[in-house]
Amino acid sequence: MPVLDLMSGFIVELRNAGLPVSLTENLDAMEAVKVIPIEDRDAFKYALGATLVKNNAHWRVFETIFEVYFSLRGPEYAITQDGQPDDFWREMQEQMDQVKGQGEGKGSGGGMDSLTPEEINAMLMRALMSGDQAMMRALAKQSVQRFAGMEPGRPVGGTYYLYRTLRNLDLDNMLQKLMDANSEMSKQELSSLEQRLEKDEFESRIEQFKQEVESEIRRRLVADRGAEAMAKTLRKPLPEDVEFMHASRDEMQSLKKALYPLTRKLAARLARKRRHGRKGPLDFRNTVRHSLSYGGVPADPKFRYPRPAKPELMVIADISGSVAAFARFTLMFVYAIQNQFSKVRSFVFIDGIDEVTKFFKSTEDIGEAINRVNTEADVVWVDGHSDYGHAFEVFWERHGKDINSKTTVLLLGDARNNYHAAQSWVVKEIAKRARHVYWLNPEPKSYWNTGDSIVGEYGAHTDGVFECRNLRQLEGFVENLT
Amino acid sequence: MKPRFNDVATVRSGLKKVNYLADDGIAGVVFLADRLGKPVLIEGPAGTGKTQLAKSVAELTGARLIRLQCYEGLDESKALYEWNYKKQLLRIQADKKSDSWSEVHDDIFSSEFLLARPLLEAITSEEPVVLLIDEVDRVELETEALLLEILSEYQVSIPELGTITAKQIPLVFLTSNNTRELSEALKRRCLYLHVDYPDLEREKEIVLNKVPDISDNLADQIARIVRSIRQLDLKKAPSVSETLDWARTLMLLGIETIDEKEAKETLHILLKYQTDIAKAAKELSVTK
Repeated sequence: MPVLDLMSGFIVELRNAGLPVSLTENLDAMEAVKVIPIEDRDAFKYALGATLVKNNAHWRVFETIFEVYFSLRGPEYAITQDGQPDDFWREMQEQMDQVKGQGEGKGSGGGMDSLTPEEINAMLMRALMSGDQAMMRALAKQSVQRFAGMEPGRPVGGTYYLYRTLRNLDLDNMLQKLMDANSEMSKQELSSLEQRLEKDEFESRIEQFKQEVESEIRRRLVADRGAEAMAKTLRKPLPEDVEFMHASRDEMQSLKKALYPLTRKLAARLARKRRHGRKGPLDFRNTVRHSLSYGGVPADPKFRYPRPAKPELMVIADISGSVAAFARFTLMFVYAIQNQFSKVRSFVFIDGIDEVTKFFKSTEDIGEAINRVNTEADVVWVDGHSDYGHAFEVFWERHGKDINSKTTVLLLGDARNNYHAAQSWVVKEIAKRARHVYWLNPEPKSYWNTGDSIVGEYGAHTDGVFECRNLRQLEGFVENLT
Repeated sequence: MKPRFNDVATVRSGLKKVNYLADDGIAGVVFLADRLGKPVLIEGPAGTGKTQLAKSVAELTGARLIRLQCYEGLDESKALYEWNYKKQLLRIQADKKSDSWSEVHDDIFSSEFLLARPLLEAITSEEPVVLLIDEVDRVELETEALLLEILSEYQVSIPELGTITAKQIPLVFLTSNNTRELSEALKRRCLYLHVDYPDLEREKEIVLNKVPDISDNLADQIARIVRSIRQLDLKKAPSVSETLDWARTLMLLGIETIDEKEAKETLHILLKYQTDIAKAAKELSVTK
């Protein structure tokens, strides 16, 4: 396929994945491709990245798609045909044979088939031990060929093959084996610091090997199915579009990573907005000072900027199973920008309610505070199923009087009340006293008020109910809040 | 115009000669910037050598470095150009009687009364120039618009004088600490380069390069400890410059190999938050 066709398919796929690639950027990429040869794969990748990806959070997505579209290019990435091991492999095998002291018989083209799984394992261990990149790559190739059992046209995802390959290699115990071998090899006892460093080193090598295996599988799948079909199956949402309620563990990690820079940006933006929001009355003194450089003519009037009071915030969050992730993220988010509020208090509930402000006060580490919220907060009253009505009632009894005209109250949850009494009068009373009451719901709008969800009943008394399924929506809401 | 570099490898080896260790990504983007005549927007954590890259490229190409430090409240008169009011005033007063109005009017808006600020200076310069616009994320969103004309067309329009076009296309680097999202318009005009913490080998090389007389063994150990610390969930991960500070400290203390005790005692050079230090100290001593 000519490069140009490949490029246009590639860019369409980037757009499908959610990357905002504009026409000018597309043209730039085409220009860049002219001066960088496609054979230099790394440089080629960075050239495309520099012209097409303008946000670091999108780099992972870009890399995956790049792999899919350009993985069959470049000599060292060519797929070896079954039964015809490439030169490098043969060379390595000869080395192995020498090590084992049986120089004949195996170098002649048997490939991996003549080795037992134990021998392959031993070779892998040697490669990981010495950190030999080329050997690791070759081993990854061969293990996929041998263990994954890939057949053309079989409608199975890449993860299945990955699992099959890795199961045979027993990587879980590899780390321990490497550590043991390493401590045997060194003459004196390793200090715990050294051990720790060794462990990190081995972990990163194993991780690297896994990635080699994964990309080898991907290459073979692309060869079998074509780039477009493959890219479609690999398509993943960007971190800011991942839904809180259905995030996998990996996605949670990337969400957490995305959270910090996001809050930092938001805080900077809010601080700026606060300072430059409106112009105030004339600052006479300052104006006269500046008039001096115009010969006493007040050509450049200066104004006093008003400093509007920061709102007080009360967060009341449902942390029962289904919405726990959402509550956690919202709390992290709110506390990460807490200096944008004059005061933040937080409450969590399932069917009982508990104040958790103290956890956040006692430590700087938000992650640790969240952990304590999960483990120490006293939120179960009867059976540990969400009971909004009871939680709200108790809240009103204990803390209702603390709400004043400066307070903004945030209610977080899906309002799935397990058919308990709604007690929506509490929300009504809160709304009377507070400046604003908002409800954030992590469920898609179409699910609201279905089954046991009574968000409409509560929502009627609030200033607004907002759908808050992902980080993007959450950020948008918080920005409008202050 | 003649390109400055032949291929990516020359950029890389050239940068190495001026003591900047670039990886493939960095060298590739610098090469592209030259070939396509586009500015480079560099983002990444603090202390990973973003500003240094611009300086090193200037040194490598033998160009003059013109630097515009951005801050909140930066405006046209400090970034682009300003009319020299005082001089204009003097000019008017000097020959009040002789000249007719139209002469004076034309005269006081000539380049003689123009104060060139960094951006204008960069494009009017005769000699080769590297323009560094540092911490561009600090200016307001509206001020960013000032940069757009110069970044895409390499020209500045002055209403009284007309358009001033660049005599030669300078290499332009913009750095950002990512405290806010830059506008789409700005990003579209630039090549994007994310400079992250270096990997193990590169960091070791940097330490070897920048700290005189350090042993290979110690540099290796430093790089590995720093990598382990960066993997922790910290408020602020150690930057390259902090790694170098740490390496220098260890050299001054005359330490050959780091053991646990010394690592803990000098952690405060790598990490700046008490919670981070406590966490790292705990992690480094316990083997799981």
